[in-house]
Amino acid sequence: MNPDLPLIWAGAIALAVMLYVVLDGFDLGVGILFPFAKSKEERDIMMNTIAPVWDGNETWLILGGGGLLAAFPLAYSVLMPAFYLPVLLMLAGLILRGVAFEFRFRARRRGRRFWTQMFAFGSILATLAQGLILGGFIQGVTVREDRFAGGGLDWLTPYTLLVAVGVLAGYALLGAAWLMLKTEDNLHGDARRWAAISGVATAGLLAAVSVATLFAHPRLALRWGFDVAEGFSLDFSVLAPLLPIPLLGLAGLALVAWGVRKGSHTWPFVGALTVFLSGYLGLAAGFFPYIVPYALNFRQAAAPENALMFMGAGAVFVLPAILAYTAWVYWVFRGKINEETGYHH
Amino acid sequence: MEFDALLLSRLQFAFTVAFHILFPAFTIGLAAFLAVLEGLWLTTRREAFKTLYLFWVKIFAISFGMGVVSGVVLSYQFGTNWSEFIRLTGGVIGPLLAYEVLTAFFLEASFLGVMLFGWRRVGPKLHFFATCVVAVGTTLSAFWILSANSWMQTPQGFEILADGTFQATDFWAVVFNPSFPSRLVHMLLAAFLTTALVVGAASAFRLLKGRETPGAAESRIALAMAVGMICVVAPLQLLAGHWSGEVAHHHQPSKTAAIEGYWETRADQPLHLFGIPDRDTQSNHFQVSIPGVGNLIQNVPRDEVIVGLDSLERADQPPVFMVFWAFRIMVGLGLLMIALGAWGVWLLIRRKLFDHRWFQRFAVLMGPAGFVAVISGWIVTEVGRQPWVVYGVLRTRDAVSPVTTGDVATSLAVYISVYAIVFTAGALFILRLMAEGPAAVMTRPTAPEPRAPGSAMARAPDDDGEADDDPPIGDGPGGRL
Repeated sequence: MNPDLPLIWAGAIALAVMLYVVLDGFDLGVGILFPFAKSKEERDIMMNTIAPVWDGNETWLILGGGGLLAAFPLAYSVLMPAFYLPVLLMLAGLILRGVAFEFRFRARRRGRRFWTQMFAFGSILATLAQGLILGGFIQGVTVREDRFAGGGLDWLTPYTLLVAVGVLAGYALLGAAWLMLKTEDNLHGDARRWAAISGVATAGLLAAVSVATLFAHPRLALRWGFDVAEGFSLDFSVLAPLLPIPLLGLAGLALVAWGVRKGSHTWPFVGALTVFLSGYLGLAAGFFPYIVPYALNFRQAAAPENALMFMGAGAVFVLPAILAYTAWVYWVFRGKINEETGYHH
Repeated sequence: MEFDALLLSRLQFAFTVAFHILFPAFTIGLAAFLAVLEGLWLTTRREAFKTLYLFWVKIFAISFGMGVVSGVVLSYQFGTNWSEFIRLTGGVIGPLLAYEVLTAFFLEASFLGVMLFGWRRVGPKLHFFATCVVAVGTTLSAFWILSANSWMQTPQGFEILADGTFQATDFWAVVFNPSFPSRLVHMLLAAFLTTALVVGAASAFRLLKGRETPGAAESRIALAMAVGMICVVAPLQLLAGHWSGEVAHHHQPSKTAAIEGYWETRADQPLHLFGIPDRDTQSNHFQVSIPGVGNLIQNVPRDEVIVGLDSLERADQPPVFMVFWAFRIMVGLGLLMIALGAWGVWLLIRRKLFDHRWFQRFAVLMGPAGFVAVISGWIVTEVGRQPWVVYGVLRTRDAVSPVTTGDVATSLAVYISVYAIVFTAGALFILRLMAEGPAAVMTRPTAPEPRAPGSAMARAPDDDGEADDDPPIGDGPGGRL
């Protein structure tokens, strides 16, 4: 029996993007929260909680992009031109925030203030751009003869802006929950407040995006059993098997609320991860098997079988190794970060 | 010339890739240098090696960060600007790029965290291991990207399907395509040379401040190491470059013709030392040549015919001027590097290296030579490949994305602005560290002392509290040293 390589690679890339979203999500979130920190010392600690891992986190984005290029070159070659400007904004944001880790430490006076601002600005810009890409993805991409055939600003609509703000709130929640996990005392208290605010915002925007999606994108609504084309009807037999997904999201939000209320260190982060997992599964349920909504499915876009096989032969060994040493690095840097904890010598 | 999406995309790719290559060219060698320093420290326990490690790892951290962020841009730019290239050849070249991410990027990124921040978290041996893994990762990255790029120079092991897309027939042949071995060796040696030149320059700069300057002892060790490295690698690089040139001669005759400024197809080619190649007249102005040695340089018999640019349609000729001159700059610098290495080792043997001010000035001057040579070399190889993106198979103009000129003009402007800020700041921080020298790590940054409220400094911090001139408390990122 031959393995279904396109399906396996679609799964692998979906996993890479998911890991990217939650991993870089929390460290972009820390950047989003940067302007709200009370002092330079707080910002130093916030940055130190992610300094050893941000680079690895961002590598999942490169795997998402590079994997898509390699396994589904057709999808990659359609999606990138379709999101030309948001991809540019995302990259510009990631550059500015990425170098800020080192530069902010090296700079003096004005320079440091500048790189503090750039860390926050870059994080917010990259996040909003990712939200615009997600929103544009849900809207669908115009394809003709295997090429992107839409307009350069198709991704800019009220709907995509709503999604972008939603992602901003979601990443802020991940960041705040991460900080609750990694810090103590005053900063932990601040993070708790940020988690409460961004948690409420995330819940509200998640609901708003869900409703907007149902009405703006009837095709997606049908997947969930909602027929909004004529009046409003609900086919419960379609919705029922998918119901665990939104319930998982609600459970995640409840966990965040409970954890924040209790001042827990771990549970808000677990809750925030659950919310993202639910949102991601919800999207997957809406899109499968499309890889370029609603024009190309993953089989149409897949690279030749031998290319998938050639990569698969290595990935089978390398991906588990990556997961293992990534986990090891998180283990090495476990525990609370404060002014005294040096990673340093 | 019309500024359309194609031309702007080419300018943008050239700009972003030239900016990016500076950092890998430096960090590949620097990672290996750091691994050697840490290994020497662990075995000899001499503090000087540790000091050197701690000093150079700061510069490594800044350079690596800039390499990472400028590299992410490239992995997306294939799609944003060259989507047709990927749509057509993705099934062949894609796996090589994917393997780069899988086998190199994750390794580097993950172990870099331990290398930079793990001093108190792991033991010295494990830390050394992390440094070595980062060094291996940078080299693996070079392996895959050079393989992919070499396939674009000398494609093989593929077929073109009815719909125009490419499919590999033999991935082994794709990865180990004809120009790959020589180009990989050439690039790795270039990286080692670039690093050695920078290390040599920074150390010589320190020594020029006098024998007793802080950090002088460490700088003497580093200078000797750099000189030894240059003396061995620079001549090897000449051979590797020649090897690479021979491969180009066999597989990319139009590139060789552009490099040498050969317009005429003939036997017994001359060697042009100087000239202003002109596409319009199809000749070189102000040509200075040595007759009869061109074939010798190409390692072919004197009576063998070497193809000139006249064998190609004008539209198929690469831009000769750029290739011709970039090549001469690269080779000229390479010869200067050989001279630097030989002179340095001669002085070292005669125990004069550390006091010879003229040599040290020369070494400082040669500090950026590796970067200039690397950029020149890439101009030779990439511009020399034109008008093809995959040599002889796919034209650059057929590879571009269906995006508007306005989009690409916008992105080019954004990249230029962002890179101007980032590059200036990064270069400034690196140069500042070099000016401080290894002594900088011997006097560790200390936490600012608590000040009484109302004292002058306590009032100094302004609205955002970031105006403090001291290093961040608790050693901020990068401050672990």
